Amino acid sequence: MRALPLILAAGLALLALAPLAAPYLQFVLTVAVAKGFAALGVALLLRAGLISLGHAMFFAVGAYAAAFLAQAVGINDFLLLLPFAVAVSALAGLLVGAFLVRYRAIFFAMLNLAVSMVAYALASKLYSITGGTDGLRIDVPTLMGMSLEKAQFDQALYYISLVLLAVVGWLVHRYLKSPLGQALAAVHTNEVRLEYLGVSAWSTLLAAYTISAALAGIGGAIAAVAIGHVLPEYAFWTESGHLVLTAVLGGIAGIAGPFVGSIFLELIHTVAVGYAAEAWNLIVGVALLAVIFFLPRGLFGLIESAAGVKDHRGETEL
Amino acid sequence: MTALLKAENLEVAFGGVKAADGVNLSIDEGEFVAIIGPNGSGKTTFLNLCTGYVRPVSGEVWLDGKPITAMAPRRIARKGIARAFQIPQLFTEHTVIENVMLALAAHRGIWQAFAPLDRPDYRAEAMALLDLLKLADHANAMAGALPEGLRKLADVTVAMALKPRLLLLDEPTSGVSALERFPLMDTLMTAMRAQGVTALFVEHDMEIVETYADRVVVWDSGSVMAEGKPSEVMKDPRVLKSVVGA
Repeated sequence: MRALPLILAAGLALLALAPLAAPYLQFVLTVAVAKGFAALGVALLLRAGLISLGHAMFFAVGAYAAAFLAQAVGINDFLLLLPFAVAVSALAGLLVGAFLVRYRAIFFAMLNLAVSMVAYALASKLYSITGGTDGLRIDVPTLMGMSLEKAQFDQALYYISLVLLAVVGWLVHRYLKSPLGQALAAVHTNEVRLEYLGVSAWSTLLAAYTISAALAGIGGAIAAVAIGHVLPEYAFWTESGHLVLTAVLGGIAGIAGPFVGSIFLELIHTVAVGYAAEAWNLIVGVALLAVIFFLPRGLFGLIESAAGVKDHRGETEL
Repeated sequence: MTALLKAENLEVAFGGVKAADGVNLSIDEGEFVAIIGPNGSGKTTFLNLCTGYVRPVSGEVWLDGKPITAMAPRRIARKGIARAFQIPQLFTEHTVIENVMLALAAHRGIWQAFAPLDRPDYRAEAMALLDLLKLADHANAMAGALPEGLRKLADVTVAMALKPRLLLLDEPTSGVSALERFPLMDTLMTAMRAQGVTALFVEHDMEIVETYADRVVVWDSGSVMAEGKPSEVMKDPRVLKSVVGA
């Protein structure tokens, strides 16, 4: 077990060093980490046996909140944009979740999909607020009041994202080990017993749903300032499907899984676009099949194997 | 003295069949009361009515003189009624001790987002309970992998971790071999007495009822046919005909 934190720390160090060896990777990895946060949110709900096919909505809410604050309000410092985006996403998660966490299985999945498509339609049509299909542009934000060149800001953003990955990942880890986090897994195995312990499954799931929306909001804010442009497509259902794919591919047992899945997919995408553009979907499909058949714990399972982790009792599997 | 649990004129029907037909029953603090009766007579329905799983068409249930009728199961659990099920209800992907610690955490307040569930005070308290119910050797076994008798005990341990005032046990010895029944009930009774828990248990085994119950209530077609000390009630010809078939 001791080897696992060391491997994860080495992986984080590798991520920090990667742009020094290959500068073009910085943007790819920033977007991958951003999507990893949203996939982590999806993975949280998967622990309770709930598949959200609409979580890109909260990624988009975070991105639009950051863009709106920067463009319409004129507050464009990343250290203000980020908490604002997270707060708006969490609030959206709380409101939507209050209605959706009453449902289970296919109903939960499809209702998330439906609500996300409403959000997509609103983002496309409310031109005066969202910029319609043109979306919203974000100028390079300041950082603690300092104006930076685009290249400098992108570099700072990348390393802030890695720090966030470590800090937020640790907080989510603590949450999952807490009574509230354990109750989340308990919803999946025995909701009746949970209620007879005096614990509301609805409240337990609503807390998880709100946290998962906040995580997606972190990703949305990072992606918005990294790309510099927010579009309704951020909320499109295929993006939500991509997040589920990322979580499953990476593995939901550990915090690192969704990030591993996201980095894996973004790197393959980048390579495929350059060398085999037509084969992108084929490669992803084959990778997913390989994971389903040979890696039931996702790509994170490979890391666990390397670390010698064999005892998976009590952990949720895919 | 106010009864710990009091049910008055409870009525509920499923598809025209009356599962509770004007049930009146009260249980005093410290009693061990058994419910017996033929299959389908409404024994488990009564437990469901007391725990909020089924809402009565009419009638009232009081706990300690306060109405709990039709409250949600989680609210009733918080008020001090815990339940062990005929088919044990455990978190099968957690270990036995994690099941108990989760119940301890639920009792103290589940809204602890960053303190770990597995911490020394919870672990020590859970181990003490498991020791009391002779499950200490299985603390780290997966709950879903235990044999039936041990799962029954684990289910009761989880319920007792809620520190209930009243524990409802639905057929605690069903699915357990004849040789294991009395040792299991001995263990349960010792633990319940040690914790000062009042208990109501549904049971089919007459010997178990005669040995362990202070009072027995005989159910028939959704209502109470007879009640009293087991030694007296078991002599009632109506009871013998209804329950034993003699």
